[in-house]
Amino acid sequence: MIWLTWRQFRTQILVVAGVLAALAVVLIVTGPHLVSLSDAYLKSCHTDRDCGSTTNPVMGTDGKLESGLSDVLLIVPALIGIFWGAPLIARELETGTYRLGWTQSITRRRWLAVKLGVVGLASVVVAGLMSLMLTWWASPIDTANANRFGVAVFSLRDITPLGYAAFAFALGVTAGVLVRRTLPAMAGTLVVFVAARVAEATWVRPHLMSPVRATFPITTGNGIGFSLTPDGLQVMTNPPNIPNAWAITSEVVNNAGQSPTAAFMKSACPSLANGAQAGPAGGGVRHVRVPGNGPGPQAFQDCVTKVAAKYHEVVTYQPARRFWAFQGIETAIFVVLALLLAGFCFWWVRHRLS
Amino acid sequence: MSAVIDAKGLGKRYGRKWALTDCTLEIPSGHVVGLVGPNGAGKSTLLNLAVGLLVPTTGTIEVLGDRPAGSPEELGRVGFVAQDTPTYSGLSVADHLQLGAHLNPTWDRAMAESRIDQLGLDPHQKAGKLSGGQRAQLALTLAIAKRPELLILDEPVASLDPLARREFLQILMETVADQGVSVVLSSHLVADLERVCDYLVVLVGSHVQIAGPVDELLAEHHRLIGQRRDPATLPSNQEVIESSQTERQSTILIRTTAPILDPAWTVEEVGLEDLVLAYMGQAASAARRARPTLGLHK
Repeated sequence: MIWLTWRQFRTQILVVAGVLAALAVVLIVTGPHLVSLSDAYLKSCHTDRDCGSTTNPVMGTDGKLESGLSDVLLIVPALIGIFWGAPLIARELETGTYRLGWTQSITRRRWLAVKLGVVGLASVVVAGLMSLMLTWWASPIDTANANRFGVAVFSLRDITPLGYAAFAFALGVTAGVLVRRTLPAMAGTLVVFVAARVAEATWVRPHLMSPVRATFPITTGNGIGFSLTPDGLQVMTNPPNIPNAWAITSEVVNNAGQSPTAAFMKSACPSLANGAQAGPAGGGVRHVRVPGNGPGPQAFQDCVTKVAAKYHEVVTYQPARRFWAFQGIETAIFVVLALLLAGFCFWWVRHRLS
Repeated sequence: MSAVIDAKGLGKRYGRKWALTDCTLEIPSGHVVGLVGPNGAGKSTLLNLAVGLLVPTTGTIEVLGDRPAGSPEELGRVGFVAQDTPTYSGLSVADHLQLGAHLNPTWDRAMAESRIDQLGLDPHQKAGKLSGGQRAQLALTLAIAKRPELLILDEPVASLDPLARREFLQILMETVADQGVSVVLSSHLVADLERVCDYLVVLVGSHVQIAGPVDELLAEHHRLIGQRRDPATLPSNQEVIESSQTERQSTILIRTTAPILDPAWTVEEVGLEDLVLAYMGQAASAARRARPTLGLHK
């Protein structure tokens, strides 16, 4: 059965192996250059004590290649589900060849186990190799960015792509045995896979571990700003720059946990708040972030000082040290989903396709 | 003589639709059995149940004394050529033989290769490029080379042209003679079966209308032609299968093991095709009588 699975799958796996090899060549050629560029920059900027990520030259040089490769790795699991998972059983059901396979001297369970095992393993290996290459190659960029939890980084580095690939593959197979036709199964796989990934990233991943709380004073330096709304002047915060951490929420509160009221803001920052009346008709929102934009830098500074006397910024975030825990949990979620789907396929093929 | 297929009260339902209901039949070993019946009689469902592709909704079926497809050994004892003879269109003829060798411990490589050779098939040809007849031969080779005790063929020649059909059946017969394998073969064309079968099962609406060795069936059935006469007045040992009347003449198909003594009749032999059609017609008219009439229920 391994022979048959390999024979049916041979062409595709060889093509993919070729693509991976070509990719490896590109990355091996460009990778060391990236490392030396970054090292040279870091050496010089440490002596100058000015290491801003935006001025790191690796960002400009290979940003395009990096985002291109990331896009490829983003869609690889979906492609695996669509082109390897969905047709795996659906094509046999569609063309009737399952009747040939299931009447040889081999049980249906074994037939399915070998198919799922061989092609599923290939799926995970392909995603793993791509992730390994990209993680290695992009490490100078990722170091400079210091945003390992970022959506375009977390799910495209290290082990998470393996989980996605396993899940997408099992999802494709399941869609195939359920609808029994290749094309609808492929379409269904894409829709469900994208929905599952988005839903997980939006609603599940932020809550995998309860976030850490940290308090920061309000200063002009950490991205404070004000915005004029119909309800009065409001404080706007930027999540503070904690390297490689994932900020979940940030808000401005006093010791009792209350947000600044409109009345307080009006009394603390009269010149900024009055700008509300001077603002566009209809009460549109106007941002006063940069001193000098609107009522003068001094007024802005005064306002920040007064607000900072009573209020502080509370940030909840996932610290950088949890990166591997999150990678592990995220991967485990998708691997478990894949195993559940595979189990369902066995049950369905055994009991419902007969 | 043991049964190769033994079905009791067998039924198969798809959703709400029954494809086979309460089918009881026993097919003895050592024969080439023709399973014949109109479309929708449940032939294909029955054979798919016999090879374990389907599991019964009701009743039981045993093949060679075991549950179909219950184990790799049981699967190895039954060769199957499915309807439309599916093959992997992307794989070559040689690949299919490899497939058979890898998936069947009892595979007879020499026999498979010599068959392909005799058929004049190019081993490197993709199965998708074969003609219907060649594809059927390839599927038959796969089923035979695993050296089964029972070979089941589901409408193997339905989609073939007359020449390919004759050739396929001829090769099938040669193989059967060589290997002494029991065969069950379904078709809705009696002419195909007449050439190869020595045992016949007529299946109409899930039920066996008649089953038996072909020569016995032919010996027991006669066509009586004579002056118009009510079929009910025939002797009780003459079972009326079909009768037709003109103004002056009666033609009656009867089944009897006793000699026909009445000199008023001209007795004719019955061909297999007429015999099968008579039984199908009998079942159809019985079904018409049994069909409930439309009425208002209070």
